[in-house]
Amino acid sequence: MTSRELAPREYVQPIRRSSWWLSRGTYFWFMIRELTALFVFIYVLFLLALVARAPSSDSFTRFFEYMKSPTSMGWHLAVLVMVLYHTVTFLNLTPKAIVLWRGEQKVPPAAIASAHYIVWIAVSLTVLWIALG
Amino acid sequence: MSAPASKYKKSNEPFWWSLFGAGGMVAALLMPVAVVLTGILVPAGWLSQAKLLELIHHPIGRLYLFALISLPLFHWAHRFRFTLMDLGLKRIGGLLGVFFYGAAFAGTAMGAWYLVRL
Repeated sequence: MTSRELAPREYVQPIRRSSWWLSRGTYFWFMIRELTALFVFIYVLFLLALVARAPSSDSFTRFFEYMKSPTSMGWHLAVLVMVLYHTVTFLNLTPKAIVLWRGEQKVPPAAIASAHYIVWIAVSLTVLWIALG
Repeated sequence: MSAPASKYKKSNEPFWWSLFGAGGMVAALLMPVAVVLTGILVPAGWLSQAKLLELIHHPIGRLYLFALISLPLFHWAHRFRFTLMDLGLKRIGGLLGVFFYGAAFAGTAMGAWYLVRL
Protein backbone atom coordinates (compact mmCIF):
# COMPACT_ATOMS: atom_id res chain seq x y z
CA MET A 1 0.00 0.00 0.00
CA THR A 2 1.25 3.42 -0.85
CA SER A 3 0.76 6.38 1.43
CA ARG A 4 -1.43 7.96 -1.19
CA GLU A 5 -4.07 5.29 -0.73
CA LEU A 6 -4.05 5.72 3.05
CA ALA A 7 -4.66 9.45 2.92
CA PRO A 8 -8.22 10.42 3.86
CA ARG A 9 -10.27 10.85 0.77
CA GLU A 10 -12.86 13.46 0.16
CA TYR A 11 -16.47 12.29 0.08
CA VAL A 12 -17.74 12.34 -3.46
CA GLN A 13 -21.49 12.70 -3.66
CA PRO A 14 -23.04 10.25 -6.09
CA ILE A 15 -24.64 11.93 -9.09
CA ARG A 16 -28.34 12.43 -8.40
CA ARG A 17 -30.58 12.68 -11.37
CA SER A 18 -33.74 14.76 -11.16
CA SER A 19 -35.75 11.57 -11.79
CA TRP A 20 -34.59 9.97 -8.50
CA TRP A 21 -38.15 10.00 -7.15
CA LEU A 22 -39.27 7.52 -9.84
CA SER A 23 -36.90 4.82 -8.58
CA ARG A 24 -39.02 3.69 -5.63
CA GLY A 25 -42.70 3.62 -4.72
CA THR A 26 -42.18 5.43 -1.42
CA TYR A 27 -40.22 8.19 -3.16
CA PHE A 28 -43.00 8.51 -5.74
CA TRP A 29 -45.73 8.96 -3.09
CA PHE A 30 -43.48 11.42 -1.28
CA MET A 31 -43.30 13.48 -4.48
CA ILE A 32 -47.08 13.29 -4.97
CA ARG A 33 -47.45 14.60 -1.42
CA GLU A 34 -45.09 17.48 -2.25
CA LEU A 35 -47.09 18.13 -5.42
CA THR A 36 -50.29 18.68 -3.37
CA ALA A 37 -48.81 22.11 -2.51
CA LEU A 38 -49.23 23.13 -6.16
CA PHE A 39 -52.95 22.30 -6.02
CA VAL A 40 -53.26 24.24 -2.75
CA PHE A 41 -51.74 27.20 -4.64
CA ILE A 42 -54.15 26.80 -7.58
CA TYR A 43 -57.12 26.87 -5.20
CA VAL A 44 -55.77 29.98 -3.43
CA LEU A 45 -55.57 31.72 -6.84
CA PHE A 46 -59.21 30.76 -7.41
CA LEU A 47 -60.18 32.21 -4.00
CA LEU A 48 -58.36 35.47 -4.84
CA ALA A 49 -60.27 35.67 -8.13
CA LEU A 50 -63.53 34.99 -6.27
CA VAL A 51 -63.08 37.71 -3.63
CA ALA A 52 -61.79 40.17 -6.25
CA ARG A 53 -65.13 39.85 -8.07
CA ALA A 54 -67.37 39.92 -5.00
CA PRO A 55 -67.91 43.75 -4.90
CA SER A 56 -69.35 43.97 -8.44
CA SER A 57 -72.57 42.07 -9.01
CA ASP A 58 -72.03 41.87 -12.81
CA SER A 59 -68.60 40.29 -12.73
CA PHE A 60 -69.61 38.12 -9.77
CA THR A 61 -72.60 36.77 -11.72
CA ARG A 62 -70.34 35.92 -14.69
CA PHE A 63 -67.83 34.24 -12.38
CA PHE A 64 -70.62 32.30 -10.67
CA GLU A 65 -71.80 31.03 -14.08
CA TYR A 66 -68.22 29.90 -14.81
CA MET A 67 -68.16 28.03 -11.47
CA LYS A 68 -71.08 25.92 -12.72
CA SER A 69 -69.24 24.95 -15.94
CA PRO A 70 -67.76 21.47 -16.52
CA THR A 71 -64.28 23.05 -16.77
CA SER A 72 -64.54 24.47 -13.27
CA MET A 73 -66.00 21.22 -11.93
CA GLY A 74 -63.17 19.24 -13.52
CA TRP A 75 -60.29 21.11 -11.97
CA HIS A 76 -62.17 21.42 -8.67
CA LEU A 77 -62.36 17.61 -8.53
CA ALA A 78 -58.61 17.29 -9.22
CA VAL A 79 -57.94 19.87 -6.48
CA LEU A 80 -60.27 18.00 -4.11
CA VAL A 81 -58.43 14.67 -4.58
CA MET A 82 -55.02 16.30 -4.04
CA VAL A 83 -56.16 18.41 -1.08
CA LEU A 84 -57.64 15.34 0.59
CA TYR A 85 -54.29 13.59 0.11
CA HIS A 86 -52.66 16.61 1.73
CA THR A 87 -55.10 16.48 4.67
CA VAL A 88 -54.56 12.76 5.29
CA THR A 89 -50.74 12.91 5.05
CA PHE A 90 -50.60 16.09 7.13
CA LEU A 91 -52.87 14.86 9.93
CA ASN A 92 -51.08 11.48 10.00
CA LEU A 93 -47.85 13.36 10.77
CA THR A 94 -49.29 15.34 13.70
CA PRO A 95 -48.07 12.78 16.33
CA LYS A 96 -44.49 13.38 15.10
CA ALA A 97 -44.81 17.14 15.71
CA ILE A 98 -46.85 16.96 18.92
CA VAL A 99 -45.60 14.64 21.67
CA LEU A 100 -47.73 14.77 24.82
CA TRP A 101 -47.05 13.18 28.20
CA ARG A 102 -49.67 12.30 30.78
CA GLY A 103 -47.50 11.88 33.88
CA GLU A 104 -45.00 9.17 33.03
CA GLN A 105 -47.09 7.88 30.16
CA LYS A 106 -46.76 9.04 26.60
CA VAL A 107 -50.11 9.83 24.95
CA PRO A 108 -50.42 7.24 22.16
CA PRO A 109 -49.70 8.72 18.67
CA ALA A 110 -52.98 7.31 17.35
CA ALA A 111 -54.91 9.37 19.92
CA ILE A 112 -53.22 12.60 18.77
CA ALA A 113 -53.91 11.87 15.10
CA SER A 114 -57.52 10.86 15.87
CA ALA A 115 -58.11 14.11 17.78
CA HIS A 116 -57.03 16.06 14.69
CA TYR A 117 -59.30 13.98 12.43
CA ILE A 118 -62.22 14.69 14.79
CA VAL A 119 -61.47 18.44 14.64
CA TRP A 120 -61.28 18.28 10.83
CA ILE A 121 -64.66 16.52 10.54
CA ALA A 122 -66.30 18.83 13.10
CA VAL A 123 -65.02 21.98 11.34
CA SER A 124 -66.09 20.67 7.91
CA LEU A 125 -69.59 19.78 9.12
CA THR A 126 -69.97 23.18 10.81
CA VAL A 127 -69.02 24.99 7.60
CA LEU A 128 -71.45 22.85 5.56
CA TRP A 129 -74.20 23.45 8.12
CA ILE A 130 -73.68 27.24 8.00
CA ALA A 131 -73.39 27.35 4.20
CA LEU A 132 -76.44 25.21 3.52
CA GLY A 133 -78.55 26.37 6.46
CA MET B 1 -22.85 26.44 29.38
CA SER B 2 -23.21 28.53 26.27
CA ALA B 3 -21.53 27.68 23.01
CA PRO B 4 -19.38 30.33 21.35
CA ALA B 5 -21.63 32.39 19.12
CA SER B 6 -19.40 32.03 16.09
CA LYS B 7 -19.81 28.23 16.05
CA TYR B 8 -23.43 28.31 14.91
CA LYS B 9 -24.75 30.14 11.92
CA LYS B 10 -28.01 31.92 12.54
CA SER B 11 -30.80 30.54 10.41
CA ASN B 12 -34.18 31.98 9.42
CA GLU B 13 -35.42 28.46 8.72
CA PRO B 14 -37.63 28.19 11.90
CA PHE B 15 -39.58 31.29 10.84
CA TRP B 16 -40.45 29.93 7.38
CA TRP B 17 -41.03 26.45 8.79
CA SER B 18 -43.61 27.69 11.31
CA LEU B 19 -45.51 29.52 8.55
CA PHE B 20 -45.27 26.32 6.47
CA GLY B 21 -46.66 24.26 9.35
CA ALA B 22 -49.46 26.70 10.14
CA GLY B 23 -50.40 26.90 6.45
CA GLY B 24 -50.37 23.12 6.15
CA MET B 25 -52.73 22.83 9.11
CA VAL B 26 -55.11 25.51 7.80
CA ALA B 27 -55.15 23.88 4.35
CA ALA B 28 -55.69 20.43 5.90
CA LEU B 29 -58.60 21.50 8.10
CA LEU B 30 -60.36 24.19 6.03
CA MET B 31 -59.59 23.61 2.37
CA PRO B 32 -61.41 20.33 1.54
CA VAL B 33 -64.81 21.66 2.68
CA ALA B 34 -64.23 24.93 0.79
CA VAL B 35 -63.47 22.98 -2.40
CA VAL B 36 -66.66 20.96 -1.88
CA LEU B 37 -68.66 24.21 -1.53
CA THR B 38 -67.30 26.00 -4.62
CA GLY B 39 -66.68 22.94 -6.79
CA ILE B 40 -69.61 20.62 -6.05
CA LEU B 41 -72.40 22.39 -4.15
CA VAL B 42 -72.42 25.46 -6.44
CA PRO B 43 -72.68 23.44 -9.70
CA ALA B 44 -75.25 21.15 -8.02
CA GLY B 45 -77.36 24.21 -7.28
CA TRP B 46 -77.38 23.66 -3.49
CA LEU B 47 -75.50 26.89 -2.82
CA SER B 48 -77.04 29.96 -4.48
CA GLN B 49 -75.19 33.03 -5.71
CA ALA B 50 -76.85 35.23 -3.07
CA LYS B 51 -75.93 32.84 -0.27
CA LEU B 52 -72.30 32.58 -1.45
CA LEU B 53 -72.03 36.39 -1.58
CA GLU B 54 -73.53 36.61 1.90
CA LEU B 55 -70.94 34.11 3.22
CA ILE B 56 -68.06 36.06 1.59
CA HIS B 57 -69.25 39.39 3.03
CA HIS B 58 -69.83 38.13 6.58
CA PRO B 59 -67.00 39.17 8.98
CA ILE B 60 -66.36 35.53 9.95
CA GLY B 61 -66.41 34.55 6.29
CA ARG B 62 -63.79 37.21 5.55
CA LEU B 63 -61.55 35.99 8.37
CA TYR B 64 -62.00 32.41 7.15
CA LEU B 65 -61.05 33.45 3.60
CA PHE B 66 -58.08 35.48 4.78
CA ALA B 67 -56.71 32.53 6.77
CA LEU B 68 -57.38 30.20 3.82
CA ILE B 69 -55.59 32.51 1.35
CA SER B 70 -52.63 33.71 3.39
CA LEU B 71 -51.21 30.81 5.41
CA PRO B 72 -51.56 28.09 2.71
CA LEU B 73 -49.58 30.40 0.36
CA PHE B 74 -46.63 30.13 2.76
CA HIS B 75 -47.15 26.37 2.94
CA TRP B 76 -47.00 26.19 -0.87
CA ALA B 77 -43.99 28.52 -1.09
CA HIS B 78 -41.91 26.51 1.37
CA ARG B 79 -42.82 23.05 0.07
CA PHE B 80 -42.48 24.01 -3.59
CA ARG B 81 -39.12 25.67 -2.99
CA PHE B 82 -37.69 22.56 -1.36
CA THR B 83 -39.22 20.24 -3.97
CA LEU B 84 -37.49 22.19 -6.74
CA MET B 85 -34.24 22.07 -4.76
CA ASP B 86 -34.64 18.27 -4.44
CA LEU B 87 -35.13 18.09 -8.20
CA GLY B 88 -31.73 19.64 -8.87
CA LEU B 89 -32.10 23.39 -8.26
CA LYS B 90 -30.27 23.36 -4.92
CA ARG B 91 -27.75 25.93 -6.12
CA ILE B 92 -30.39 28.62 -6.62
CA GLY B 93 -32.25 27.81 -3.37
CA GLY B 94 -31.78 31.35 -2.07
CA LEU B 95 -33.24 32.88 -5.20
CA LEU B 96 -36.18 30.45 -5.13
CA GLY B 97 -36.81 31.50 -1.53
CA VAL B 98 -36.96 35.17 -2.44
CA PHE B 99 -39.30 34.42 -5.34
CA PHE B 100 -41.72 32.04 -3.59
CA TYR B 101 -41.89 33.76 -0.17
CA GLY B 102 -42.23 37.07 -2.04
CA ALA B 103 -45.17 35.64 -4.00
CA ALA B 104 -46.76 34.45 -0.75
CA PHE B 105 -46.45 37.94 0.76
CA ALA B 106 -47.88 39.50 -2.42
CA GLY B 107 -50.85 37.09 -2.41
CA THR B 108 -51.48 37.80 1.28
CA ALA B 109 -51.49 41.55 0.62
CA MET B 110 -53.87 41.11 -2.33
CA GLY B 111 -56.22 38.96 -0.26
CA ALA B 112 -56.23 41.47 2.60
CA TRP B 113 -56.93 44.33 0.19
CA TYR B 114 -59.84 42.54 -1.55
CA LEU B 115 -61.39 41.42 1.74
CA VAL B 116 -61.15 44.85 3.41
CA ARG B 117 -62.70 46.81 0.52
CA LEU B 118 -65.68 44.42 0.11
